Amino acid sequence: MEALATIENIKSVLDTVMDPEVPVLSVIDLGIVRDIVVAENQTEIIITPTYSGCPAMDVIRANIKMELLANGFTNIKITTVLSPAWTTDWMTEDGKKKLKAYGIAPPNPKQLVCHTDLFAAEEAIECPHCHSYHTHRVSEFGSTACKALYVCDTCREPFDYFKCH
Amino acid sequence: MKNHLVDYILHLADNALILGQRNAEWCGHGPVLEQDIAITNISLDLIGQSRNFYQYAAQIIGNESDEDKLAFLRNEREFRNCLLVELPKGDWAQTILRQFFFSAYQQLLFTELQKCNDKQIAAIATKSLKEVAYHLRWSSEWVIRLGDGTEESHQRIVDAIEALWRYTGELFISADYEIQNANAGIGTDAGLLKPQWEEKVKEIFAEATLPYPSKSYFQTGGKEGKHTEHLGYILAEMQYMQRVFPGSEW
Repeated sequence: MEALATIENIKSVLDTVMDPEVPVLSVIDLGIVRDIVVAENQTEIIITPTYSGCPAMDVIRANIKMELLANGFTNIKITTVLSPAWTTDWMTEDGKKKLKAYGIAPPNPKQLVCHTDLFAAEEAIECPHCHSYHTHRVSEFGSTACKALYVCDTCREPFDYFKCH
Repeated sequence: MKNHLVDYILHLADNALILGQRNAEWCGHGPVLEQDIAITNISLDLIGQSRNFYQYAAQIIGNESDEDKLAFLRNEREFRNCLLVELPKGDWAQTILRQFFFSAYQQLLFTELQKCNDKQIAAIATKSLKEVAYHLRWSSEWVIRLGDGTEESHQRIVDAIEALWRYTGELFISADYEIQNANAGIGTDAGLLKPQWEEKVKEIFAEATLPYPSKSYFQTGGKEGKHTEHLGYILAEMQYMQRVFPGSEW
């Protein structure tokens, strides 16, 4: 049965479309859905990639389409825009909580930590396991483009930090 | 008809694709796991940037052109990347130094392109610049670590300077299409970026206790499609599947 395309209805479906690399975050939590345009005969979802080379984007596009079709929405168009460039500041507070519960340290607010001084230690990143701030960065680059590798000096556990961008 | 805009976009795309491909050769071979992951993350960013540029070029070319055809079905002489990015990866010092030279250049160039007249190029540049900031920080730190490290690491990066320096001049010698686009408000004469680039290199080399090369003869030609022997081999490897199984998809 065809579903009624309203922004709210579409959004509630998008809330269930997860990032394949970080499956606790929905595309809404990530802040990559920039707009939903409902017209008479077409619904356009405008998304933006996190990083230029994020390999999850193709899968995310396909999943958005499939999930909407499965929920009875037809004539879906997905448009990718690059500008304005995505920032971790667009991640929802709810998303940050989910990330932490999943064991990934959520991004600190951008103005606190995004600087390019050499060998600069980023401001305290909280360990998602034991909540200690005694942590240090092992590598700027982690298991995916959006993460950095950290180790907790208190509980000695390694963890991923969703780096500010 | 020659399309200067398309030539320029392909030049930007080819630079990113070939360097991304070269860095990817470290996948599974990095000196330590974290740095193996770092250099391949940088690869991913560069290949992503190249895709954005190729998609835009394909859109202008029309005629069923697409990003895959541009990456996999053009011949060596049609590639417009700088010679610097096509050189073999060498040892870790050479890979690091090249990344540093290139990221320092890319940061200056994309800062210019951010405010250019072409909205899509400006958008790609703005997006990429955030990634380049990480690449530049990481590679600068490594140049310092190697230069100011052990006797061997110092010697290796001195050798890398010797091997790569003559390929840096080309970055700052504009091809015809760069001048044409600069006149149209897209980008700038590459020569204008050189003083700032030299300043950055001097700053990092001083910190790394490395000698700054006094002068050199510079190799050119890549931007116009005249390449070193190395490009043919990397294209052969990269394009093999599409040449043998045309149109194949994952």
